[in-house]
Amino acid sequence: MELQRKFYSEALLSLGKEDPRVVVVGADTTGSLQINRFGKAYPSRLFNVGISEQNMICVAAGLALSGKIVYASTFASFGTALVYNQIRQSIAYPNLNVKIVCSHAGVTVGPDGATHQMIEDVGLMCGLPNMKVIVPADAPQTYLATRAIKDAPGPFYMRIGRGEFPTVTSMDLGFEIGKAQILREGKDITLIANGIMLSVCMEAAEKLKTENIDAEVINVHTVKPIDTAAIIQSARKTGGVITAEEHTVIHGLGSQVACILSEHYPVPMRRIGVMDRFGESGKPEELLRKFGLTAENVVSAVMDVIKRK
Amino acid sequence: MGIESSEVMRIKEAAQRVRRRVIRMTYLAGSGHPGGSLSATEIITCLYLKVLRHNPEDPGWHDRDRFILSKGHACPALYAVLAECGYIQEEELWTLRKLGSRLQGHPELNTVPGIDAPAGSEGQGLGIGCGMALAARLEGSQRRVYVMLGDGECDAGNTWESALFAAHQKLDNLTAIIDRNRLQQDDECVRVLDTEPLAEKWRAFNWHVIEIDGHDISQILDAFENARSNKGRPTMIVARTIKGKGVSFMENNVSFHGKPPNQEEYERAMRELGGNG
Repeated sequence: MELQRKFYSEALLSLGKEDPRVVVVGADTTGSLQINRFGKAYPSRLFNVGISEQNMICVAAGLALSGKIVYASTFASFGTALVYNQIRQSIAYPNLNVKIVCSHAGVTVGPDGATHQMIEDVGLMCGLPNMKVIVPADAPQTYLATRAIKDAPGPFYMRIGRGEFPTVTSMDLGFEIGKAQILREGKDITLIANGIMLSVCMEAAEKLKTENIDAEVINVHTVKPIDTAAIIQSARKTGGVITAEEHTVIHGLGSQVACILSEHYPVPMRRIGVMDRFGESGKPEELLRKFGLTAENVVSAVMDVIKRK
Repeated sequence: MGIESSEVMRIKEAAQRVRRRVIRMTYLAGSGHPGGSLSATEIITCLYLKVLRHNPEDPGWHDRDRFILSKGHACPALYAVLAECGYIQEEELWTLRKLGSRLQGHPELNTVPGIDAPAGSEGQGLGIGCGMALAARLEGSQRRVYVMLGDGECDAGNTWESALFAAHQKLDNLTAIIDRNRLQQDDECVRVLDTEPLAEKWRAFNWHVIEIDGHDISQILDAFENARSNKGRPTMIVARTIKGKGVSFMENNVSFHGKPPNQEEYERAMRELGGNG
């Protein structure tokens, strides 16, 4: 169990040392995001704009237009939905080197409730031409992804959580943008997930093993550009797919996988995610349970899909 | 100060050519925003012919001064000035807003040489200018950043977020200009959303504020000189202008905010501007 935010700031510190072009902008959440650590190491290269997220995105654009590689960070609700038009016009349209990294995504934000539990960010960002979208599974993957997007040209959106996530990847696993990772091979069912739901799917795969069901678990950390080939290949092998995401099912990972499979290789499938509703206050684990984002729910979806195979 | 009169004449003549091009571009496009282009004409012409350190032979020169037309709908004036400087050919102007043209209805980056930032949805240019000014300071570069806003654009909250930030960061390498033509799309600004006293608001936001006649070349050039010597604060030039300036029936006429001239209006406008269409 580790904080993605901590590993994000560790990665920024390393990037700051290696590349003087790297600058960071924040919006009165620099402590929460731990990007204040970057500011302590490189005081002239962290810009805190205050509670002015629209300005944060515009400032990021201006820095990028001057040759900087900009990491812009705040909470997911403020860093995407609030500033969608600024990202659209001033970052995505001109294809600028701005990496928007937002924490406090999904229902695991917990007690802050629906206003802060951003469950539409991935879909919003995926819809923007030029934008690439990454949802790292855990802390080590956050570290590797933060570093990987630095040298990948153009805009990125990366979403991380507030709380500690179980660690299911490792530094040794490596990270390649757009390349899905098979964390567990199996032949009976494919579980596709990202973010915290990857650990939930790994737990589900263990449970399924006791039922003699051999599940393949794939980490689709890059939602755009999505690894179409890996998804089709696994669907061919297992004949059934479950997706799991801490995001609305309307326009996230699950809907994209459904589109890919229906066009290329239709198989029975189920999407686990937030079912078109807002979040609410509670503890993260209570909310995961309430919204069906659990290993038990994945297992029951698997049973349903296997019946339909 | 004391700009030589021959220099003023040179800019004045160029501004008149820009006006004729704006009318012809929007007439041929069958759409576009002549009113706010004509009010901004002298200021943009002064910037490119006298104020900005730039090189049309090398549009990507890293240490060039930057200009952001945040009121992006006035881009016909900007495109016409870019043609005046040789960034683009005059013939290309007549492709404005047409399929396949580099001259989009609102400025696009990475296509037209000389465009420093995209614009369209109002309120974003000042913040982009802040980012550019921060980058210049970070690099110890002397390059300066200029941003032109519309007065209607001062309705936008984003503009005021950036106004606070620029002053907080003491961005004295940033100069903004408000094209204060007093009209916005729907009606007079005071009727739609009253932003007066506008200059006072910027002063209260800790900006160095200069008020000028935005069609007087000498006053414009003096204001930019003044801004250059101002230290510790960003400068705002509030330029009183006339929407549709130079074409009698377009002046102070809100209907020409986003409407091009028809054939008869085009011919009349060109006669008034000393052109032959």
